[in-house]
Amino acid sequence: MTDTIPASRPIRRRIRALSDRSIAWLFVAPTIFLLLAVNIFPLIWTIRLSFTDFRANRPNREVEWVGLENYRRILTDPDIWNTMQVTAHFLVWTIALQVLIGFTLAWLINRKFRGNDLWTTLIVLPMMLSPAVVGNFWTFFYQPQIGLFNYVVSFFSGVDPSSFTMIGSVTLAPWAIIIVDTWMWSPFVMLICLAGLRSIPDYIYEAAEIDRASKWRQFWTITVPMVLPFLMLAVLFRGIENFKMFDLVVQLTGGGPGSTTELASINLKREAFEKWRTGYSSAFAVILFVTVFGLASIYVKALNKVKDR
Amino acid sequence: MSGSITEPSSRQKTVAGTLVILYAIITILPLVWIMMTGFKTGPDSISYPPKVFFQPSLEGYVNLFTSRTRATPEQLATLPAPANFADELARDRGMIITGPSKFGERFLNSVIIGFGSTFLSIFLGTLAAYAFSRFKIPLKDDLLFFILSTRMMPPIAVAIPIFLMYRSLGLSDTHLGMILLYTAVNISLAVWLLKGFIDEIPREYEEAALIDGYSRFQAFVKVVLPQAATGIASTAIFCLIFAWNEYAFAVLLTSGTAQTAPPFIPTIIGVGGKDWPAVAAGATIFLLPIMIFTILLRKHLLRGITFGAVRK
Amino acid sequence: MKRLLLTTAATLSVSAAFTLSAQAESLTLCWAAWDPANALVELSKDFEAASGHTMNFEFVPWPNFADRMLNELNSGGKLCDLMIGDSQWIGGAAESGHYVKLNDFFDANAITMDAFVPATVTGYSEWPKNTPNYWSLPAFGDVVGWTYRKDWFERPEIAAEFKEKYGRDLVAPATFAELRDIAEFFQGREIDGKTVYGASIYTERGSEGITMGAMDVLYSFGFKYENPEKPYEMEGFVNSPGAVAGLEFYKSLYDCCTLPGSSNAYMGEGIDAYKSGQVALQMNFAFTWPGFEVDPNVGGGKTGYLVNPAGPDGERFAQLGGQGISVVAYSEKQDAALEYIKWFAQPDVQAKWWSMGGFSCLRAVVEDPSFASSQPYAQTFLDSMAIVKDFWAEPAYATLLQDTQKRFHDYVVAGTGTAQEALDGLVADWTVTFEDEGKL
Repeated sequence: MTDTIPASRPIRRRIRALSDRSIAWLFVAPTIFLLLAVNIFPLIWTIRLSFTDFRANRPNREVEWVGLENYRRILTDPDIWNTMQVTAHFLVWTIALQVLIGFTLAWLINRKFRGNDLWTTLIVLPMMLSPAVVGNFWTFFYQPQIGLFNYVVSFFSGVDPSSFTMIGSVTLAPWAIIIVDTWMWSPFVMLICLAGLRSIPDYIYEAAEIDRASKWRQFWTITVPMVLPFLMLAVLFRGIENFKMFDLVVQLTGGGPGSTTELASINLKREAFEKWRTGYSSAFAVILFVTVFGLASIYVKALNKVKDR
Repeated sequence: MSGSITEPSSRQKTVAGTLVILYAIITILPLVWIMMTGFKTGPDSISYPPKVFFQPSLEGYVNLFTSRTRATPEQLATLPAPANFADELARDRGMIITGPSKFGERFLNSVIIGFGSTFLSIFLGTLAAYAFSRFKIPLKDDLLFFILSTRMMPPIAVAIPIFLMYRSLGLSDTHLGMILLYTAVNISLAVWLLKGFIDEIPREYEEAALIDGYSRFQAFVKVVLPQAATGIASTAIFCLIFAWNEYAFAVLLTSGTAQTAPPFIPTIIGVGGKDWPAVAAGATIFLLPIMIFTILLRKHLLRGITFGAVRK
Repeated sequence: MKRLLLTTAATLSVSAAFTLSAQAESLTLCWAAWDPANALVELSKDFEAASGHTMNFEFVPWPNFADRMLNELNSGGKLCDLMIGDSQWIGGAAESGHYVKLNDFFDANAITMDAFVPATVTGYSEWPKNTPNYWSLPAFGDVVGWTYRKDWFERPEIAAEFKEKYGRDLVAPATFAELRDIAEFFQGREIDGKTVYGASIYTERGSEGITMGAMDVLYSFGFKYENPEKPYEMEGFVNSPGAVAGLEFYKSLYDCCTLPGSSNAYMGEGIDAYKSGQVALQMNFAFTWPGFEVDPNVGGGKTGYLVNPAGPDGERFAQLGGQGISVVAYSEKQDAALEYIKWFAQPDVQAKWWSMGGFSCLRAVVEDPSFASSQPYAQTFLDSMAIVKDFWAEPAYATLLQDTQKRFHDYVVAGTGTAQEALDGLVADWTVTFEDEGKL
């Protein structure tokens, strides 16, 4: 890092002379500039495009302003409502399962058995890996005749492994993506809950013990409320991430069969980069962004209330 | 009973330990299977029922790094003796190696873009974090929230204009373009994490340095940076992991020259059909560094994962 | 300027043309990543030796091929000098000026399109269709056909059981109805201790799989893209009773007789299913056939090749695949790229191309008396190429294709709605697209 000190004397003197105020701006400006250029400017452009019928694959075609037509088309399109439903189903179930598994694991690990550190690390591995690469491999695991998953299920339940197909069936495919996401991200919830559990000072339990509160009561009156803000934070992060979910599911099912696992971002990618309806998909992007931003803001308010309690 | 009353009993520990270990084994099974598949032969990888025990082979790795074409037995007979074990392996399968595959290039792209964007995010992020931590900046909280909020955007939502913008600036499918893009995505994480770390460094150290005649800038470089080294290192790992794993932008914005490994690995195909051992070999090589990082740096994991919101 | 360059190059003799581009160029050829591409790398070594140019290759896997390459073309990219682009791109590439028009070049170098199989010229080179405007040279002929396990068909106990059940011999099917019977017969059957299945068909959702597969069947059932008399009039043609019956047939085939888990199968999955001995029949493009001949499991005479069977009224068509080779208009090495095409068009190069597994479109190669016997699948390929039809090659083809993918996958694989609804919906989708395009 020392190479950030300019070598030549005069410049050095000039930097020495910089006031705190200018240093502050000098340090912050590049970051803000980069974010404006790569995030905000494109966002504004997206909004602008959303009022046109522009197609990025037909640069020579005349672009027309269509007003709110794109928005009208999206909000009345049953396919879009279908993707929103699929997204909601995915969100609700992944979060529910991950909270359940993550919290349980954290609670178990907090029993501080020998070697818990090593096993925790192993559990954490899936979430550190590339969802696209790993997701692609899960299609292999889900192959009825040759895949690992069906044989493991068959081993524990006795069902014939080729009697069901996870990503091929309309009823199972939504669960196929939920299972993989839960496998990947339960450790995330676990880590946050673990931090929450470890933040509870021992003396609170000791005091409860003196009051002869039962373990069960201690769990509900001390453990759960103390961990709740952490848990809610985990839910926020998972919610935002899964609302944006793309790579894992694209590799797993590509949205199929039919449109049963076509999450919002997969549909968006299709409209934008396969059908090349740039204006239309920009409008959809805006709607998605507003939705996630709105939901997240409401949620953060609730989270702060819980924290303050 | 021994120890404090909050210490779990040994029976509790055994039960908890067993359950966690069981979960860990199940959760790790797919990863072990990927690594195993890398050492299978083509037919073994798709045999049904799946094979747990098999004769290991380097075919997957050879196929990963080469491109091959089919040759007739007559053609094969006319060739000189195989130069190395890879040649021999390919010929056993009735193929000749025509050259290296793109995997090496794609992997290198991942390294260049991953490390480039990590360096840039850390460089810019440290500066901004220091400023946010130490100076009065108007609308500081709003700016910080703004930085955080950029992370909420679905990548696809800004992908269209970024795609158009990159196309007209000539940044499409370039290393520089991807480095800038990943930096912009990572910088929010970097600023938030690093601000947390720098907040924890007592101001007194710098003030002492300033009294000793250091300039603000010198104090930053000579006092704050060394103190924040651990934080910077763990932040860097997180930026690197993100850039390493990113797929959505990579698949949309890169193709021949700057494509990284994640969009490439799932599309590895062999001669005639999908070559799972080669895909598995590629996945193993690609995932292994991150696994090693994770195991080595587990102590610093939590903060990065949670965006600095949870402090250990 | 480009025009001038072309004419200049054209009017000069071959040797002069070589001196014009005397400096050795480094050319990049873009194509899909598949077996024929690997063969082309080998073949091109002759060109490198003869011309002094070096060849680089950019091969993109099929699922991303169209996205990536159209992107490259739309952004005026210089990555590719030569493009072996899919047949459906020709309209967009011609109208947007992505490809160099080759008419003058052909004339100057005595390359005539009459020398190529007519279907490939129409399919790969012409835009507008059926006009002598050429944008590529037919490079790789391909068509959907079927492979079947001849060794299973010939087993006496299996043959006898089939005859008893259906009252006819177990031979390669001549109609789609027969094909389904055979698939049904094999579905779930125990052969050599393994459960096997009837057929592998295209069901892939992401790129073009299910469209290619279903259209391959629909054509023979009477499906037409538009009124032959009145372009873009689709009502009653796309959703004709025959087309509906065809789509219903495709679904029934998917439901009764495909292997479990084949809800997202395209060429690669078909190859895997067939090679691993899981299916008796397999729908796939002809490019896969050379691979089966040399495969330890299904090669050496175990595989039979089959032209697409006929529909209920005896009509018989097949889905065209394959590509022509074009010069990208944004390339700065167009002369060298044209040199490559000139080299590639030579009969002896085409003959070698065929021997290496490349499906040549040159009549001198495929009409050679020894051609039909040169490979077990050669005659099937020839017969199939005579009955091809292709998807829209309009500039808006990508949108038209994605609409089709969704309608077909929703009905065939996910089982929502009826075939009539799917095709009615398709007419509606396509109408919107053509309206957006200003063609309706």
